[in-house]
Formats: sequence, C-alpha cells, structure tokens
Amino acid sequence: MRAIYHLTKTETMNIIAIIEELGKTDPEVYERLDERRNAFKRFTRVGGKIAATALPFALGGFFKKAYAAPPATNKVLEVLNYALSLEHLEYQFYLVAASKTTLFPSTAAAGAFATIRDHEKAHVDFLSQAIRSLGGTPVTANAKGYDFTGGQGSNSGPFATVFTNYATMLAVAQTFEDTGVRAYKGRAKELVEGGDLLTAALNIHSVEARHASHIRQMRRAAGHSADVKPWITGNSSNIASTAVQNSYNGEDNVTQGGVNITTLPGASGNISVTAATEAFDEGLTPAQVTNIVTPFIIP
Amino acid sequence: MIKPESTVDSTEQGEPSQASSVSRRKFLRYAGLSGGLVAAAAACSKSKNDNGFNSGAYMGSGDIGILNYAYALEQLEAAFYTQVALTPYSGITALETALLTDIRDHEIAHREFFKKALGNSALPSLEVNFSSVTFGSRDSVLATAKTFEDLGVSAYNGAGRLIVNSDYLELAGKIVSVEARHAAYIRDLISNGSFADSSVVDASGLDKSRKPIEVLTMAKPFIKTALNASDLPSY
Repeated sequence: MRAIYHLTKTETMNIIAIIEELGKTDPEVYERLDERRNAFKRFTRVGGKIAATALPFALGGFFKKAYAAPPATNKVLEVLNYALSLEHLEYQFYLVAASKTTLFPSTAAAGAFATIRDHEKAHVDFLSQAIRSLGGTPVTANAKGYDFTGGQGSNSGPFATVFTNYATMLAVAQTFEDTGVRAYKGRAKELVEGGDLLTAALNIHSVEARHASHIRQMRRAAGHSADVKPWITGNSSNIASTAVQNSYNGEDNVTQGGVNITTLPGASGNISVTAATEAFDEGLTPAQVTNIVTPFIIP
Repeated sequence: MIKPESTVDSTEQGEPSQASSVSRRKFLRYAGLSGGLVAAAAACSKSKNDNGFNSGAYMGSGDIGILNYAYALEQLEAAFYTQVALTPYSGITALETALLTDIRDHEIAHREFFKKALGNSALPSLEVNFSSVTFGSRDSVLATAKTFEDLGVSAYNGAGRLIVNSDYLELAGKIVSVEARHAAYIRDLISNGSFADSSVVDASGLDKSRKPIEVLTMAKPFIKTALNASDLPSY
C-alpha cells in the first residue's frame, strides 16, 4: 500500500519561514544547511517517498545535522593530525626494524614486520590525503627524527638494543601498537557522528589492535614473556622495563559505563578481574600519549 | 512566498551578504523547495520489509537499537565459545585451551555488560544454531571463530557512525579492539601471519566495516530467534 502525501503550499511556506527565522539569529543558516548538502540530498530523495507521519522526524533530523553534528572541520583536522603524528612514529620504527633481517628468527617473523610496516605507511598516506582533502596541512615526520631507544635523542635510552636485540625490538613494537590502539580510542568520541571519517578512524584503530595481537604472540612464541597474551591483562606490560608502564596504566579498569564488570555473572561465578580488564581496552588522553612518545622523539 | 533577501541579510556587519543570498538560493534549489512543493509519497510497508528482519524480537531504534545489535552479536559469540570450552576440539593444545577460554570469558563479559546496560530494553536471550559447526574439529571451530571475530570487528566499525551518544561510541571502541585482538589470534592459529591479511585489510591499511543489515544477514544462519531490526539505524 502506498500513501501519497503532498506538502501543501502553506506547509512548505511554514518550513521556509522556520528557516528564515533561524536566519535572523544565525546569518550562516544557509551555509550550514548547504554544508550538509549530502544530508539534505538524502532528505529530498527520501522526501519523494516519505511517510507523512515521518516528515517532522525527518526535518528534525535534518536540523539536528545542521546544528549539532558532525564535528567541526578544525576539530577533525586536529584529531587526524594527532593520529598522523603517531603513524609517522610507527612507520619510521618499522621501516628500520623490518630492515634488520638478521634479527628475525624466521621468514614469518620478518614477513609480519614487513606487513605491519606497509600498513603504517598506508595509514600515513591515507591520513595525509584525508587531511589535504579537508583543506588542512598534514604534519610531517619529526624533522630531527626519532630515538627508538627511548632516550630522547641520546640514543642510549632504556631500549638501547632496540635494533640489535630481537626481544627489545618486539617490546618496543608491542608498546607502540598498544599505545596506538589506546590513542585512537581516546579520541574517537570527538568524532561522534563523523560519518566516513569516523568509520575510517575506526577501521585503522582495529588494524592497530590486530598488529598488537600478533606482536604479542611473537613475543610469547620467542619465549620473551611467558605470560604475555594477545590482549592486555590488568595494567601489565609484560615487559621487564618500567619505562613503558605509562602505556598500560589505566588498563586495569573494571568499571564500564557505570557497571562494575566483576559483579556480573561469568561462566562460573562472577566475571574475574582478569577477564574484566582484558575484555575492554582503555583510551588514552593526548597528554598521556605525549608523555609516552616524548622519549622516542628527538627534540 | 519567498521573502526578499533583505530580511535574511539584516546583519550588523554592514555587508548584506551576497554570499548568504546565493547560498540561500542554492539551498532552496537543493531542497527542492523553490518549486513550492515537496511531493512526498510513502512506501512505508516496502522499506520495512526490505531488510528481511521485520518480525521477531524487537531490537529498538537509535542508540538502543545499536546496543541491542551489539548485544545480539555478543550473545552469539559467547554461546559459541562456551560450547568450544565444553567440547574442546581434538588435538587442542594447553595454550589454545587457555586462550580460547579467555576469549569465552571476554565475550561473556561483553554480553553481560550489554544485558545490564540495556535493562528493560534488552533483547531476550537468543537461541543459536551451530548445526554447521563440528566442535570436535579444529578446522571447523577455528573457521567459525574467524568468521565471528572478523564479522564482529566489521560490525562495530560499521556501527560507530550510527551511534549518537559519544559515551556509547567510546564503549564500542573499548570492545572492538579486543575483538580485533581475538580475530588476529584466531587467524594466526589457522595460518600464522594472516592476522591482518588482504582479505580483511585494504590497500589503505583499513579494516572492514559493515552495515548492520549486512552483518545480521551473515549472522542469520547461526541465530534461530527471529529479529525485528526494522527500526535499527543504518546508513
């Protein structure tokens, strides 16, 4: 059954009157609406087939898009450049690490690093392109380079053997991947209702988590850490050095959305603290991330 | 019926913005309102039937709908790994037992969290159908696990843009990376090094995202309970 509904001339005029009223207090109303032309395109397309009862809802959604979401372009650019600066760090790390062919115990291990290197490069390119397409300027890799020993330019930081010792190299890789996951997560909120850009950020975020999982498996397989799992347990780094503990602090949270997970029923008894912490990864703030990566950046 | 532009342009900047009137015209043209009428014809019954999930347990609309959608997937995963732990496949190693049990516990945590968070709006417990899975076979179990984990990742990635409340978006983000960790582990159990191969990660280094209806269609063979997703947000 098809219900046909035509807006009367009066109704159309009322809609226009509303927009004109908005224009009195917000001279940019038309730009706002025009910026959201895709939303409006959808509205008019649906407009041909919309149920009469749904019309006020559709209009409400339309105005909401014009005034509430999506996030402002400069906010999006800031988040994207933040992500890009981390991707530069990761890519530059894997660029060197993957070239240390004699360190790897197997071709599979070397292959994994090459795969991850290529993904990080793809992320750098993708984010740079996205930033340009929004009219922004993508940040470049740090001009003075990076110190992957974590020595802030001294090249004798806590991971002095980063490119000469396989265990150290994997430990740094794990830290970067887990930090990357947490960094994206920490800012996803700011892209709420961000459409394609939010989806892209989420699509990168989960790839970083896949990397983290694999690096952790490599560490266990190589016998560097008997306890390390593909996921993060409590706030443990499973890395002997305390230098990267900041990458794991806060991961021991067991309360999500006001619900203490350990009060919920598990397979037998309540869900354990271990499972509660492993089942949810936690976000990091920009200040926390800056604190974590500063030792790896040459000032 | 359209008022003179001056009413819009009476700003104090002294620049009765030409831009404003241009964009106004553009906007009206865009809106299809300049002709005076918006013709609206409804195909109400059609749009609800199209997705194949129009009767059964009601998932809800808006963010509640998305949370129920996640709850349905977590129920499926939790039920699957519960069975895996009860009837381990032949040749399972101690490490595999330990980590697959971990995954079971994570999925139960996700399931119970959504159930608690949704309260009265929560879907009922779903009846699952694992008749296509041979639980004694490592290949069968891991292939199914891979399907579920990759599907879960793509489901959360695709649903993120539909979430309006940023706190829920953050929660979805906290879960999806754990699902991605699972997915990579399961993939590596099947074939070491396939944690992020080109079947899931594209040339731009992006994971997959799927629309709710695509995900529900792929999950449908494993879920006996009929679902009503007619008001579920989509894009």
